[in-house]
Amino acid sequence: MTRLAVPKTYKLYIGGKFPRSESGRTYEVVTQKGAFLANASLASRKDARDAVVAARAAFAGWSAATGYNRGQVLYRIAELLEGRRNQFVDEIVATEGASKSAATTQVDTAIDAWVWYAGWADKYVQVAGNGNAVSGPYFNLSTPEPTGVVAIIAPQAATAGASLLGLAATVAPAILSGNTVVVVASEGAPLAAISLAEVLATSDVPGGVVNILTGSPAEIAPWLAGHADVNALDLAGAGALDWVSLQVTAADTLKRVIAPETGIPAPSLERVVALTETKTVWHTKSLI
Amino acid sequence: MTEVSTSSTTGFLDYAPAPESTSVLNLKPSYGLFINGEFTAGHGTPFQTISPATEERIAEIANADSADVDAAVAAARRAYERSWSTMSGADRGKYLFRIARLVQERARELAVAESLDNGKPIKESRDVDVPLVAAWFFYYAGWADKLDYAGLGPNPRALGVAAQVIPWNFPLLMLAWKIAPALAAGNTVVLKPAETTPLSALIFAEILQQADLPAGVVNIITGAGDTGEALVNHPDVNKVAFTGSTAVGRAIAKSTAGSGKRLTLELGGKAANIVFDDAPIDQAIEGIVNGIFFNQGHVCCAGSRLLVQENVHDEVVDRLKQRLSTLRLGDPLDKNTDIGAINSREQLERIRQLSDIGEQEGAERWTAPCVIPEKGFWFAPTIFTNVSTSSTIAREEIFGPVLSVLTFRTPAEAIAKANNTPYGLSAGIWSDKGSRILAVADQLRAGVIWANTFNRFDPASPFGGYKESGYGREGGRQGLAAYLESAGWSAR
Amino acid sequence: MNATSQALAPAERAVELIGSDLTEKSLRLHLEGLPGVDAVGLEQRAAGLGTRSIKTTSKAWALDRIIELIDLTTLEGADTPGKVRSLVAKAVNPDPSDTSTPRVAAVCVYGDMVATAVEALGSAHGDPDAGLISVAAVATAFPSGRASLPVKLLDTADAVAAGADEIDMVIDRGAFLAGNYGAVFDQIVAVKEACRRDDGSFAHLKVILETGELNTYDNVRRASWLSILAGADFIKTSTGKVAPAATLPVTLLMLEVVRDWHRLTGERIGVKPAGGIRTSKDAIKYLVTVAETVGEQWLQPHLFRFGASSLLNDVLLQRQKLTTGRYSGPDYVTMD
Repeated sequence: MTRLAVPKTYKLYIGGKFPRSESGRTYEVVTQKGAFLANASLASRKDARDAVVAARAAFAGWSAATGYNRGQVLYRIAELLEGRRNQFVDEIVATEGASKSAATTQVDTAIDAWVWYAGWADKYVQVAGNGNAVSGPYFNLSTPEPTGVVAIIAPQAATAGASLLGLAATVAPAILSGNTVVVVASEGAPLAAISLAEVLATSDVPGGVVNILTGSPAEIAPWLAGHADVNALDLAGAGALDWVSLQVTAADTLKRVIAPETGIPAPSLERVVALTETKTVWHTKSLI
Repeated sequence: MTEVSTSSTTGFLDYAPAPESTSVLNLKPSYGLFINGEFTAGHGTPFQTISPATEERIAEIANADSADVDAAVAAARRAYERSWSTMSGADRGKYLFRIARLVQERARELAVAESLDNGKPIKESRDVDVPLVAAWFFYYAGWADKLDYAGLGPNPRALGVAAQVIPWNFPLLMLAWKIAPALAAGNTVVLKPAETTPLSALIFAEILQQADLPAGVVNIITGAGDTGEALVNHPDVNKVAFTGSTAVGRAIAKSTAGSGKRLTLELGGKAANIVFDDAPIDQAIEGIVNGIFFNQGHVCCAGSRLLVQENVHDEVVDRLKQRLSTLRLGDPLDKNTDIGAINSREQLERIRQLSDIGEQEGAERWTAPCVIPEKGFWFAPTIFTNVSTSSTIAREEIFGPVLSVLTFRTPAEAIAKANNTPYGLSAGIWSDKGSRILAVADQLRAGVIWANTFNRFDPASPFGGYKESGYGREGGRQGLAAYLESAGWSAR
Repeated sequence: MNATSQALAPAERAVELIGSDLTEKSLRLHLEGLPGVDAVGLEQRAAGLGTRSIKTTSKAWALDRIIELIDLTTLEGADTPGKVRSLVAKAVNPDPSDTSTPRVAAVCVYGDMVATAVEALGSAHGDPDAGLISVAAVATAFPSGRASLPVKLLDTADAVAAGADEIDMVIDRGAFLAGNYGAVFDQIVAVKEACRRDDGSFAHLKVILETGELNTYDNVRRASWLSILAGADFIKTSTGKVAPAATLPVTLLMLEVVRDWHRLTGERIGVKPAGGIRTSKDAIKYLVTVAETVGEQWLQPHLFRFGASSLLNDVLLQRQKLTTGRYSGPDYVTMD
């Protein structure tokens, strides 16, 4: 007699905790062939609102941590992902219909992306910042600082390899500099996102630094795009939505916007810097 | 009912012994050379490494002769050509991340070994040295696959085999400063620890085995001056990195001239710690103490010259003496020890000689009231006042817990006196006025300037000297330059 | 607020140091001429002192001394006579299972509870330097200090009349932050006077700076000097009602001021960190900081106190471990 499984419940990840949607709604996650996998929470605009509040609350502490500390936290995420590879491979095979080897490649690439970005946390300032030789008796230094709360529409199921790698490719570059994020996961393949949340919850990532909503980007994205306490909007996975109107909405509060990409964003320093603000400080210099 | 006692029976300030246990160590009676991933016997005459606090023997150490040096360089060359130079930067980075993590895991063991072998207080090796070692590997691990961004030109390439010779004052930290960037940049390494402090490097070699680092990427060969000489002069070495005395640095610069080998040197210093009359006084006192008495003054960047504004000289010296009376000198493995042992008999002799010269030349000598243990090499913190700029002790690096106090009247005079030395490694500035700090920093000819702090190190922060303190920088983005060349240009 | 030439109350120490022309202006010039504090350096020094490892005989001595330096405190709106009597019983006999346990230095209560505390102490009431327990009362519209001066003085006088040996007053932080140093000064002088008894003796005055509200270390240094010049016997960090309360760096800073005052005048002023010190481990760090900054002789009830309530039980648990060799638990110390 085969052993009876204990199916997992998949909830949202907000403020370091796993609540169900305040709306109580769920939606079915199915395999490529249509078989039932799980009921995922269908996030509402209020969940999105709560996520932004949690992200904002976590920003002061996370941005004040040293680059070394953030780098170690991101590396720890990679360590834990490595330890749980099999679970992620299984979820990707089930939700994306990918072959085991393709799923394994995706997991490997995602882990390596976390490691790549971890290594930037204490270095991007050295590459993107600099002293400036101004004409006058002034010390002048430009430093990139995290912009604040970043809303991300992660690559969606239609993009191959999105469910885990799409998250690594968008979340890691945002948080390494000290930003906190609200991510809308792949609608069709959300399970890896919540399992990733479990990894985050056990990797010394402070609650609220990453908040993950599962559900309909079409429903949630406009609320995030318009939210006055969101500083930047990464539309990486919004290509299939009316993303231009999202950008128009975002313009009301002058958010920094990253346009959609086909495919998964490649590891890039530009993405890191795009979510920072450069601060330039002057100080007089005088011997007497 | 009893009266409240007016003092403890022992004196609370005499804190009862709080020794860190050596049981965490797994010492072997003898150690070989670490070549090609394994420990192997050396062909030179083995020597002992002792604890400078007790003069007791710790272990027997192998001595690499020129044949051993050949073998080590050959192993490094093979590893470079067969595995390391063809490996992706991401993979090199992963090895370095592993090493960082292993150092963190075995941190206590490394700290105890370091204090035992070097003589520095466990408080320092535990709280400063070893954490920085882990941080250094962690930092450079992240550069390994990002060299295009280092500002050193497109497609920078490794140099090949690096010969690295390090001193005895921060044995494991100097090892990290050398190995981490070299490996991140894609070079392989042959490193020679100092003769009196090989232990932590040999335990580090065990960590490399645990990290599964491909054989030959790092080779650690113990020995004395002739081993080092053979290593840096070896024809199949592409790069030489040396930290140590200016005299030896000069010799290496001469012997590598025209050889095509790239060279970086980190040599001595005679740093000025400048205290203005508006300094945050209590923190300045801490900074002066830290500047010259941290690590028993065995620090190339030590603030060995106190330049104090004349109008606050007496007050500063008075407060300094009061502060020194709470420093505790003794067993390096006691967690409450502030001042440990001098690393060797030779170094102790040198410190004594120079201090005597100081007195002879007319400076006024004051020594902290420390109880000196019977065995071992010890020197109590000492302050010389009434030192003039022409005094020997104001010019020569003593490399011990001896502070020379000089005065100045104006910022310009402070700068002139601070710069008036062939050295140029570091300097300190103490003032509450930002504009003055920045203007003085502008004019000091020193590679590292600390304002309202001292002896701060970080893998992200470049370190290195002007003038006879050497050339090249370690740490930061700049620290990669020593180990890379870009197509079309290199500094030979 | 413009500094004025209005004369301040001629407190003895201030006149001695600043001169007979003691005004808002001269006081301000003196306070603003004090050396600055580098916060990073100060906090590092405090952290360094916190790494001292106090073991075996030193630890046993330290635990006992901590108890002898505690002002056992209850300052709640809900304080009843029963609660105060219970506190006193604990102060007199901290660990019923171990009669070698020393007594605390004082009990600290609201002014209107002083009579209850005095009565409950009975023959145990007296000078902590002689092994007895004194009664400290908070006064001057504690904790906020937001009341008129006459009200604050009456608050003080009532507590003194009821038998308080010590008065813990609060400075006027609003006046301080507005730059009105003279007003803060005069209030302290007036409260000190209100501590005078009919027989000419004075209740000892502790001046609470409320460092959490003063915020910067430069402010704490100035407020410390100001309080001493105005006549404080003790300077105290906090009311315990505002976070952050006592911290090691801020206490270190206040000890440095006290050290400098002693170098200058030979006089010794007491220091009391209050609030947030809950573990023996933390309290020992404070003892180390005192010993290494001003010297061991400051570790006496007339020169150093801990304002604490839950600290006592943690110290008792540590004492029990030293005696029995095993870790103890909350069931083995009394909750009140």
